[in-house]
Amino acid sequence: MGHTIIEKIIGRNTGKDVKPGDIVTVNVDRVMIHDIFIPFVADKFEEMGFTELWDPDKVVLIYDHLVPASQVDDTRHFRTGNAFVKKYGLKNIHRSDGICHQLMTEAGYVKPGHIAFGTDSHTTTYGCVGAFSSGIGYTEMASVLGTGQMWIKVPETIKITVNGKLPEHVTSKDVILRLIGDLGADGATYQALEFTGTAIEAMSVASRMTIANMAIEAGAKCAVFTPDEKTADYCGITLTDAERSLKGDPDAGYVREICYEASDLVPVMACPSQVDNIRPVRELVGVSIDQVFIGSCTNGRLEDLQCAAAILKGKKVAPFVKLIVTPASRKIYREAMADGTLAALSEAGAIITHPGCGLCCGRAGGILTDGERVVATNNRNFLGRMGTSKVEIYLASPATAAACAAAGKIVEP
Amino acid sequence: MSETFSGKVWVLGDDIDTDIIIPTEYLALKSVEDMKPYAFSPLRPDLAGQMNPGDIIVAGKNFGCGSSREQAPEVIKALGIRCVVARSFARIFFRNAINNGLLLIENADLHDAVTEGDTVQVEVNRQITHNGKSYPIASLPANLVEILEAGGLVKAMRKRNGLD
Repeated sequence: MGHTIIEKIIGRNTGKDVKPGDIVTVNVDRVMIHDIFIPFVADKFEEMGFTELWDPDKVVLIYDHLVPASQVDDTRHFRTGNAFVKKYGLKNIHRSDGICHQLMTEAGYVKPGHIAFGTDSHTTTYGCVGAFSSGIGYTEMASVLGTGQMWIKVPETIKITVNGKLPEHVTSKDVILRLIGDLGADGATYQALEFTGTAIEAMSVASRMTIANMAIEAGAKCAVFTPDEKTADYCGITLTDAERSLKGDPDAGYVREICYEASDLVPVMACPSQVDNIRPVRELVGVSIDQVFIGSCTNGRLEDLQCAAAILKGKKVAPFVKLIVTPASRKIYREAMADGTLAALSEAGAIITHPGCGLCCGRAGGILTDGERVVATNNRNFLGRMGTSKVEIYLASPATAAACAAAGKIVEP
Repeated sequence: MSETFSGKVWVLGDDIDTDIIIPTEYLALKSVEDMKPYAFSPLRPDLAGQMNPGDIIVAGKNFGCGSSREQAPEVIKALGIRCVVARSFARIFFRNAINNGLLLIENADLHDAVTEGDTVQVEVNRQITHNGKSYPIASLPANLVEILEAGGLVKAMRKRNGLD
């Protein structure tokens, strides 16, 4: 019997022929801790009685949710983090470089075939380069820091095939939103999503990141893509045969297979307040809006900002709408500055913020209030996510979001 | 694990996410004790104040979906909730709850049968009883029972490191 990609990654890590349902202990290649949870990780690590990290090179600490601080108490997280760095010899620290999930692959920490865990549910993002990555809590992270190991149940795999060419202004965001709508918010709980097909092969690594990032919104443990030449370019590596072979075998056992024809897909939105409440944008045309947000670890990459800038070219953001643009990392910020994208967005009337998590997690930089409506490119529209519990959040692609910003209401891109 | 207890039930719906259980804006408070009043506030602002130690939450599918914040199971435990019974649990929440020694029980039928304020009896790893009807409980994998029996992952690791 053949194997799915995730079974291959876990099998190679453990040296065992694994099948779904097996409980195995894996050796962890990378871990990521962000600023919100570092004080808790540090406390638990010491409470557990550990005195040293299993491997300081493999630990990455990223300040992103609270950067720059918006409340006085937030600085406690930086102080605790800095003390932990000093005491245990951490080497990989980013204090204002961008959002953790962008940096983990952008800065080269996670490569094809790796097993990585992070203290954040959107850790599924690193599947974009053919890694197995998933979110864990801070207690579990503390035990991994001490032991370098974690137990996991080998997940079943759902295979998603997207063939053909996506229509203009239909992006990978529309693909993943549609899939979440079809699966439901718990439709892939404990399972892996494996993506394949010609439309997936045609996507940039950035577009694949958007899909992997949101796998958790269907409850998935992880999402994974076969590494290819685009992956190699992105990671700055030459693929080995082992990395190339990270694809689903023809006789692999899938729990479910779902196929889409790319040309059937349309721009969609996740309507308040469930990520699986998916409707075509054309059914929502005319709904008034107060704000638009383009950014986050889901859609704050250069191609997202360029797409928004192209749609806003020669137009202005509607006078009563605030357009907030947040590049996902400093690297992206600088690239978008160099190629004129930020200038074009600013010219159209966008507010451009520093890279970070701010508005997406409701901490800073554009919080909304009762009765307001926002079109946003991030990954969650839960009650209270971007302000009060009476804010309506519509999740969409950067193309749709930019078109809405200019129109001052929901429109198709 | 063999233990029997009874508790008053609070009924919640499907897809109770971690932003509902404890919103992000309260995550930087110094302790889980400080977060307690805000638990479930986006959905039911008065709920946390009404809950008493020993109470039981009965919810629909996908309880705990959303972020990896461990304050979600911790704040439920801090409110004194004895266990959460749901149709299903989200993956990260499930691991976090076990690691913190919060008992979770998957049951497909109880949610339809109970009304808020009812009392149910739980026999751990055996069954739940409500209005004379019993609902079987599936047993947990051995490695999870080990963590629960140690009193959570911190205690299990302390044991490993020769501290307890």
